[in-house]
Amino acid sequence: MSSVEIRNLILTAIALGVCILLPMADSGYWLSIGLSIAMFTVLATSWALFSGPTHYISLATAAFFGVGTYTTGLGFETLPFWSLVALAGMFGALMAALVGLATLRLSGVYFVIFTLGLAELVRQVITWAQNQSGQKGLYVLTDITEAMIYWMLIALAAAVYLTGWLIGRSRLGFALRIIGDDETVAAHSGINTARAKVLLFMVPGAVAAMTGAILAPRYVYIEPSLAFTPMLSFQVVIMALLGGTGRLWGPLAGVVPFTLLWESISSNFPNQTTLLLGLSFLLIVYALPRGFVGLLDRLRQRVTGGVS
Amino acid sequence: MDILITGLLLGGTYALIAMGLNLQYGVARIMNLANGELLVAGGFGAFFFYTSGQVSPFLTIFLVAPAAFGVSWVIYRIMLRPLVNRAKSRGQLETDSILATFGLSFVGVGLMLAAFGGDYFNYSYLARPITLAGDTFALNRVASFLAAVVICGLLYLWLNRTRAGLSIRAIAVSPDSARLVGIDVPRMAAIAFALGGAVTAVGGALISTYLTLDASAGVIFTLKALIIVIMGGVGDVRGTIVAALFLGVVETLVASLIDPGLTLAAAYALFILVLLFRPQGLFGKTPT
Repeated sequence: MSSVEIRNLILTAIALGVCILLPMADSGYWLSIGLSIAMFTVLATSWALFSGPTHYISLATAAFFGVGTYTTGLGFETLPFWSLVALAGMFGALMAALVGLATLRLSGVYFVIFTLGLAELVRQVITWAQNQSGQKGLYVLTDITEAMIYWMLIALAAAVYLTGWLIGRSRLGFALRIIGDDETVAAHSGINTARAKVLLFMVPGAVAAMTGAILAPRYVYIEPSLAFTPMLSFQVVIMALLGGTGRLWGPLAGVVPFTLLWESISSNFPNQTTLLLGLSFLLIVYALPRGFVGLLDRLRQRVTGGVS
Repeated sequence: MDILITGLLLGGTYALIAMGLNLQYGVARIMNLANGELLVAGGFGAFFFYTSGQVSPFLTIFLVAPAAFGVSWVIYRIMLRPLVNRAKSRGQLETDSILATFGLSFVGVGLMLAAFGGDYFNYSYLARPITLAGDTFALNRVASFLAAVVICGLLYLWLNRTRAGLSIRAIAVSPDSARLVGIDVPRMAAIAFALGGAVTAVGGALISTYLTLDASAGVIFTLKALIIVIMGGVGDVRGTIVAALFLGVVETLVASLIDPGLTLAAAYALFILVLLFRPQGLFGKTPT
């Protein structure tokens, strides 16, 4: 490890340590904001691990998240909680692998369309299954507090950052950067592009499902329309792109401001949240194509005299 | 037999909507995910004129079509053309246009929510029974189907028999070569995009005579139209029509035999089969 890497590692550890202390300071409003930020940091960072280098826009987050929520909802009475989180991660990875195998061999449009409807598809199937068995929703009654959920999410965030860092150093990460630059070149230099993409897509799949499993006790009552809300997928995409997917910490720069903005808009003007989503998408495409990180890089280049 | 005809009637309107999307994607190369919102807006138009002035939805389409044409043309020129110019590759244009039209789609839903509220809207027009081949059907479904057939037919003739249609088809095959033979590609692409929007909005006005819509219903129609376009093959009018009718029948089968809540699941099952076995479309040639 170089000295810069050691410095970054220490800084990350200090930042995480500060985050852990939040529930000691406040257990009401700010803890719930912190929880949202932690959740979206996990989701957006893992999303960017796949979509950053490959440029495939995945809208499947809500589907994986919902599967995770239902894993906890159906199993919390019989199995210990930690095993449910692990199980949800496996379900998520498996589902991501299946989706990836069906669509990632083809062009990006097919992938977007498929993931766009995936949450709705799973929701319809679960609703149908529930109607067959005659039950409506699930109660998740546990003694897990909000602070514990928050700590688990922070731990998951640390794991995601570690995974991202390791992938960046591995052969897989190198292969993905080449695929992102030019897929034809990648294929010609002997990279199995479909395999690399499917493998990487399993990471956000597993992470999103684990996040859902961890958050299920917070909802207390879960039903398909709550667990598979399509809005979640779009929020994650916007936050990650707003921050910038070029760096590992990029999505975080989008998560914090957007979560705060979202909270204030949805509590003051609850009907205007869709409009906010739309305008954010347009802002990203027309003004910030590389996110805040890209903006920062440009400013830094201007300061140092344009030498890159 | 009953199911088959109901499915075909539904598929006729689907064909119209998917034709609109196909014009936009096949010619202007913009995967327009705000397509469903334009459809709902067309439905709102028909609803508004019928409830306020008793104007028949089949007359409203002559108003909806030019309005949607204008709106789509302006959107293409102002918002999407810059993306086409800035894109370095086809992949980048796809990503940019997907994000931009997602934005438009949400802005559309937000504006419609602000203007009309979140309620479902429907009205009763031509809700009389009619007997076909021994079974009874709602007259509004049959009338919408016939209108869709007429419009699809006109569009087909226009694309295959006129000079403008020929240019449009040339761009669909190869935008770069079309430029070399003197076709004004930006202008024709804008026209194709606007025409696609008009066709979709007309489809919305027709579908509103027998389906209940609300401000956020658009995305389901976008998805179905996308699935039809991919199933039929991009830029293939015949394929689109066949795929739309097929989807209409399959959906009606699932809705009446298993559960009406599973229609999207049925569409997805078809989609997966197409992706796995014929990703180039039903009538597409195998890429070399």
